[in-house]
Amino acid sequence: MTNGLLELFTIFVLSAFVGFEVISKVPSILHTPLMSGSNAIHGVILVGSIIVLGSAHTGAEEALGFIAVILATLNVVGGFVVTDRMLHMFRPRQSEPPAETRPEGEDGRA
Amino acid sequence: MSRGTVIDLCYLVAAIGFIVALKGLSSPKHARRGNLLAAAGMALAIGVTFAHAGLAHVGLIVGAMAIGVAIGVPAARLVKMTAMPQMVAAFNGVGGGAAAVVSITEFIGTDAKTVATYKVLEVIFGVLVGSVSFSGSALAFVKLQELMPTRPITYPGQQAINGAVGLAILGFVLAILVTSSTALLWVLLALALALGVIFVLPIGGADVPVLISLLNSFTGLAVAASGFTLDSNVLVVAGTLVGASGMLLTRMMSVAMGRSLPNILFSAFGSVVTASGATEGVDGRSVRAGTAEDIGTLLAYSRNVVIVPGYGLAVAQAQHTAKELADALIARGVHVVYAIHPVAGRMPGHMNVLLAEANVPYEELKEMDEVNPEMPITDVALVVGANDTVNPAARNTPGSPIYGMPIINADQAEHIVFLKRSMRPGFAGIDNDLLYDPKTTMLFGDAKDTLQKLVSAVKKA
Repeated sequence: MTNGLLELFTIFVLSAFVGFEVISKVPSILHTPLMSGSNAIHGVILVGSIIVLGSAHTGAEEALGFIAVILATLNVVGGFVVTDRMLHMFRPRQSEPPAETRPEGEDGRA
Repeated sequence: MSRGTVIDLCYLVAAIGFIVALKGLSSPKHARRGNLLAAAGMALAIGVTFAHAGLAHVGLIVGAMAIGVAIGVPAARLVKMTAMPQMVAAFNGVGGGAAAVVSITEFIGTDAKTVATYKVLEVIFGVLVGSVSFSGSALAFVKLQELMPTRPITYPGQQAINGAVGLAILGFVLAILVTSSTALLWVLLALALALGVIFVLPIGGADVPVLISLLNSFTGLAVAASGFTLDSNVLVVAGTLVGASGMLLTRMMSVAMGRSLPNILFSAFGSVVTASGATEGVDGRSVRAGTAEDIGTLLAYSRNVVIVPGYGLAVAQAQHTAKELADALIARGVHVVYAIHPVAGRMPGHMNVLLAEANVPYEELKEMDEVNPEMPITDVALVVGANDTVNPAARNTPGSPIYGMPIINADQAEHIVFLKRSMRPGFAGIDNDLLYDPKTTMLFGDAKDTLQKLVSAVKKA
């Protein structure tokens, strides 16, 4: 059992280093999308929520698990959709002659 | 290979996806691909979870997910671009809430008598941090949505109350460690929710974006704690990644504002002092209001015009009209650039996104450091719905809450024109001396209306 803990702790420490190293010198225009993107990634708690609800034994556990799955799903889908809408504005080929091009104006202008 | 091994391998692939995605999200070229990669990793991780042996209540799970999708997708798609920051806060908060609920539910399901102390500690951490993130994000949402005053909120005995809540939490943590009591864990959850609220109350509106980034990092750590409780590698990896990168991002954001993180989080008391200092400047001074025709002529016969967009432009959805005005000026041979403050709007990068939506060419968007050296040779600085980001108090008034924040030096231009709805102070809640400067002309009204009037005035000039 303590071996399992040590294993998880190793993963934790290494992940922390990766998290620090993987982003470096982010231009300020990407601060918000990066925050939003990592916000979506911690939506992985949905995996934990599914496991908890899927192994619930009592009514109380079922109810709590049900709430957790709803909350975590909101985190995942909301996080990714919001990030994608932000990044939609960073499409390449923005530097072509501006005037006449009329891109599909439906998304993002609501 | 056993089913469990295959599932774990899929989780590993998902974790690699998250790492590469974070890398991609930190460069403009690969950001969109990074997000899609993270989404693909997430889909894999969620899908493979259903393959766990002995997973019960599949109908309930699918039902709950359907509810989440039915609420989350329309909310995320329909929200205005200007309201994105509070949506990030909201989606972060529910993630923290989910982590807290997962930890507490797993604890209920285990036998309290035999559970190891370190397991209890993991649960406590998940519940505590997840709940703080939940209630803190909720309050940040309320502040950004302007459902309550955005100023830092202070009240008598604030520090005593903070100290009492902190001590109570510490006491309950120790008690839970000794007794493994579920009832006490619920009390801790309630106290943690209260802590999130009193932690966010004294933080001023302008600093809320940094706060959301910090809470985002907290949620990551809460998810990692849930991962320890559930023995789930993918939760530990993804949660820790977000926790660590979120801390770093929070630091980068506060550096962009010229502030230290402790200063942002705990400096509310200083703002009380300076608020009184600012009010004494208000009385007796007058501002000069101009007409659209005057200002249109001024702009039309300038050589260099710098447009400084701010949140007011975003609220009025005036980015297209701003571009129209810039085009009209460029057609007359005026040199026009947009000066983008790092935190213009409500969040770093917010303004670039809005102007890119209006097809403003990338070359016309100048960062603050690029544009400041040109301000002294600028004929007109046209400030559209911005305030704090051009407030010279950040340079000149030590003790001002925004002192030290880098600003766009609009005050160095030959003329300054403010398009503003009213004399109301900006997001930071402090007065702006530049409004009273003799070089300054005000044009009151909604940014879109006033810009529209300027367009026709420029065309007639």
